[in-house]
Formats: sequence, C-alpha cells, structure tokens
Amino acid sequence: MVDDALESRLAAGAAAAEAPRRHGALRQLWMVARLDIGESLRARWFSVYALLFGGIVALLFVFGLTESRILGFMGLSRLLVTYIQLCMAILPIFVLVTTVRSVAGDREAGVFEYLLSLPVGLGAWFWGRMLGRFAVVYLPALFAMGAAAAWAAFQQIEVPWAMFGLYAALLAALSACFLGLAMGISAVARSVDVAQGAAFALWLVLILFLDLILLGVLIQEHVPAETVVGIALANPLQVFRTAALMLFDPDLVLLGPAAFVLFDAFGKTGYLVYAIAYPTGLGAAVAAFGWWRFRRGDLP
Amino acid sequence: MIRAEALTKSFQRTRVLDALDLAVEDGERVALVGANGAGKTTLIRCLLGEYTYEGRLAVGGREPRGARTEVLRRTGFVPQLPPPLRMPVGGLLAFAAAVCGERTGPMEAVATRLGLDARALWKRPFGKLSGGQKQKLLIAIALGRACDLLVLDEPAANLDPQARRAFFALLAERPHATMLISSHRIDEVAQLVSRVIELDRGKVVLDDRVAGTAALDAVLRCRVELVQPSPAAAGALASWGFAASGDGRVFEGAIAGPDRLRFLGAIARYAGQLRVLALEEERRS
Repeated sequence: MVDDALESRLAAGAAAAEAPRRHGALRQLWMVARLDIGESLRARWFSVYALLFGGIVALLFVFGLTESRILGFMGLSRLLVTYIQLCMAILPIFVLVTTVRSVAGDREAGVFEYLLSLPVGLGAWFWGRMLGRFAVVYLPALFAMGAAAAWAAFQQIEVPWAMFGLYAALLAALSACFLGLAMGISAVARSVDVAQGAAFALWLVLILFLDLILLGVLIQEHVPAETVVGIALANPLQVFRTAALMLFDPDLVLLGPAAFVLFDAFGKTGYLVYAIAYPTGLGAAVAAFGWWRFRRGDLP
Repeated sequence: MIRAEALTKSFQRTRVLDALDLAVEDGERVALVGANGAGKTTLIRCLLGEYTYEGRLAVGGREPRGARTEVLRRTGFVPQLPPPLRMPVGGLLAFAAAVCGERTGPMEAVATRLGLDARALWKRPFGKLSGGQKQKLLIAIALGRACDLLVLDEPAANLDPQARRAFFALLAERPHATMLISSHRIDEVAQLVSRVIELDRGKVVLDDRVAGTAALDAVLRCRVELVQPSPAAAGALASWGFAASGDGRVFEGAIAGPDRLRFLGAIARYAGQLRVLALEEERRS
C-alpha cells in the first residue's frame, strides 16, 4: 500500500518535471542562492568581513569628525574616496580567498557529494551560488557606504548622490569581477590548498601590475606609453582605481600624461562605462569558463 | 533498473572502475561490498551523475550524467559521512523537499519514526547534531520522498538498535524499490539484501544470491538468562533496549530480524556467562 502511494507520488513528480523547465530552473537558482547566503551568514569569515567594512566606515567618521573640529567638516566626498581606496585593497583578496575556500572546501568536505545527489540542476547550483555570494560580498560594502550617506544626511551634510551611485556601481563591478575569477579558480582547482594558492597568486600579480611595476617597466624598458596603458587597462584593479580617482579628480591630473591616452581612447564618460563594463565582463567570462569546466568534469 | 557495460573510471593513472559490467533488476536489494578502494563510492557517484566515466551506464533507462535531474528525482541517497553543513535542520529539509518537488511533512514523519523530532531541532545547525541524529535526518530525506531507487552508503552504521529496527521497517514498506546498499562489511548488510556484489579493484569479483533472507520488518523476541549478574552484559543488553527482570540475570527484549547477526556478534563476547539465549520470530497478524 505504501509502495502504491510512492508510485503515485513518483508519477506526480514526473509530471511536475514536465512543467515549464525555465520556471523550475529559476526557482532552483533562487533556492541555491538563498542556501549560499544562509551558509555564508553563519560562517565566521562573514562576521569578520562585515565588521571590517562597518569598522572602516566608523573609523573614517571618527577621523572625519576629529578633523572637522579644526577645519570644519569637509563633506562626504573625502570619506568616500578614502573608503573606496580601502575597498580596493580589501575586497578583492577577501572575495577571492573566501570564495575559493568555500567552494573548493565544500567540494573537498563532501557537501557537493550530498547536495548534488538531490535533483538540483547544475546551472542552478553554479550560478545560484555565485548569485548568493555576490549578495554576500557586495551588500556589506554597499551598506557601509549607505550608512555613511545616511549619517551625513542625518547631520544635514550634503550627500553627493551621483558620486555615491558611481562608487556603488564600481564596487559592484569589482565584486563581480573577483567573484567570477574565484568561481573560475574553484572550478579548475581540485583542492582547497591549490585554489587558495592560485587565488593569492592572482591577487599578487594584479597588485604588482599597479603603478609600482608599470612605472618600473616604463622607465627601464622605454616601453611605449600605449602598451603600458594597455596593460593597466587589462588589470581590473587599476581600472577600478583610475575610475575611482576620476570621481574627485575629473581630469586625472594625478595620473600624469597617461590620462591623455585614456581620454583619447575613451573620453571621460566612456572610461567610466568601461570601468564598470570591463571588470563585470571579465568576471562573467571567467565564471562562464568555470561553469563550462564544472559541467564537464567530476562534481565532488 | 541499473545497467553498466564496460564502465570505467580513472583518476589520473589510477583505474578505479575497470570495465565493470553490472545489471540490477527492478526491486532487487543488492549489497555492494568490498575493501576500501574497491570502487564502491566511485560506482555510487557515477550512478548519481556526479562523475564522468567511460563505457555505458543507465539508471531506469536514462544516462545519469546527461539526464541527471531526472535520474536523481527517482533516487534517494544516504551518504556514509554526513556533509559538514552549517544550515539548520529546517533549512536542509526545506531545501531538499523544494528541489525534489515535495513537502517536508513526509520527511519529518520518517524522522519521527526513526526517533528524531525534527521540529524540536528545526533551528539547530545540522553540523551540531550527533552522528546518529545526522544519519537519521539524511535517511528521512531519502525515504521521505518518492523514489524507486535507494542508494545507501553504510546507512545504519550510526543508528541505535531501535532506530535500526524502524529503518528496516521503513525499507520493508518499499518492496518494489531497488536498493543498493554499500558496506565494507558483509555481516552489516547481509540480512538486508537478496544479492551480494563484491568489488575488488574496480571489478565484480563475486555476484551471489543470498539464501534465507529474513523479512526486513521481522521482529525477534529475545530472552537472555545469565549465569550470574554481570554489569557489562547488562549494559550491552540495555543498549539493545532489553529490560532486566528478576535478580538482574534475566533480560527480555526485541531485535529487528535483519539485526540478528549483529546482535549475536554483540552478545558473543559474553558467551561464557550465558545460561539461556532464546530467539523467536514474532508472529505477524
């Protein structure tokens, strides 16, 4: 009798499987994203991550308010500039290391073996995890910035909303970029150690190819400026950094002659569009490669 | 239900499944035994569509990797080691039920029968449960949904005798389900199955039918009388749910039919203290 009931439930399940697959896939995507968000919120790294961004904003306020006693408050722009520079230092390595640890770690620990024995689609699993992780890494950084804006509004200090919006978009692009890179690394690496090592090496290379190395190359090898700028434009960290600079130094005076090459190629608005589109596209492309590898290979 | 032809799986230069041929019919209960590294887990992961492979493999006529979700929708799986999930019990049940297109109710009901009150543990992280509780919950997820293939990897290893009896009864309620029960010890699963397949180095080295298989839901009334009171023997019998009577020398209880070999193994260490050991199968109405 029980077996008959099971057979009818199986038949019902099969009928449900014939229901529109796209709807089912989206629902599963959302379920996996929620699952990943929940698992991340319970992890220690997230507490550290959220505290770090909250702490940075709090510290910036403390310093900002101290300064205001002497010179008068300088407005929110300066705080945001400092914050965005700190984000550039912290966010990429945090996203890379925590994502590869989480994804490769889950695979190594047997989480994939069990959860992927349930009838969840591989696409929903991979992209759902990426979506959930994006929310987890981006929202604390955005909330910290939002808290700063809210505090400024409460203090009746003018909030530069255009700047706020552009920084929010740049941060989203940076998060998406490093998340995509991390998902790609996690799909290729077969152990947590290898994934972590690769993530750290990538971060180091991108950091080294900021001004420090570029200037050295430029000076010592007499490389054409266009080539050096090309290398810089391929580095998502440098792209982000330059765009962030542009928001309070619109003519990029700080950048020197390289600014002319940039503006000739893109124009000011064009560069801002590039600074958002390129890291996002790079992250998406690497994540797509990761998805291709994940789908074709062994899952656990 | 399961057809494997020249199924081969290699990791780098190590061939873990070596041109394995296997056919399991609908409703068969098969023990998959073998030493560590024999290829049991690899075969299970191939069946679950988790590994790529060479050769042919079909579950219910579908290729497990190509038609992954269709195959998994009819497959219940209990892993040997519970995954280190941080999510709460309720979250895990809700996720599993949702992706399977089911409700959590039947899963909770199975958990209750195994002696686990899932509602009381709803918000507790899965990772904070004891080994036995985790196993019960994973069994509840596998058996609390509609599936006609059960892949069980050492499913009863962490269960107490009462939960084992409930587990065997739950399996008995699915006489038409195909079961693949993996273990590295034949005595753990011999009474559960009608066929034993032994793997060694990725090949089938033994494929045998089991004679005199006890009904999965059989219950044996048992009476044990000791020569003299023994705290150690009393403790062992208490862990099987036996009640003492008289002056602490007589114990009575019930064991699940498929557990008889396990029980005799447990009581064997007190053989010198036994005066009476009686086992009698309960009559079914």
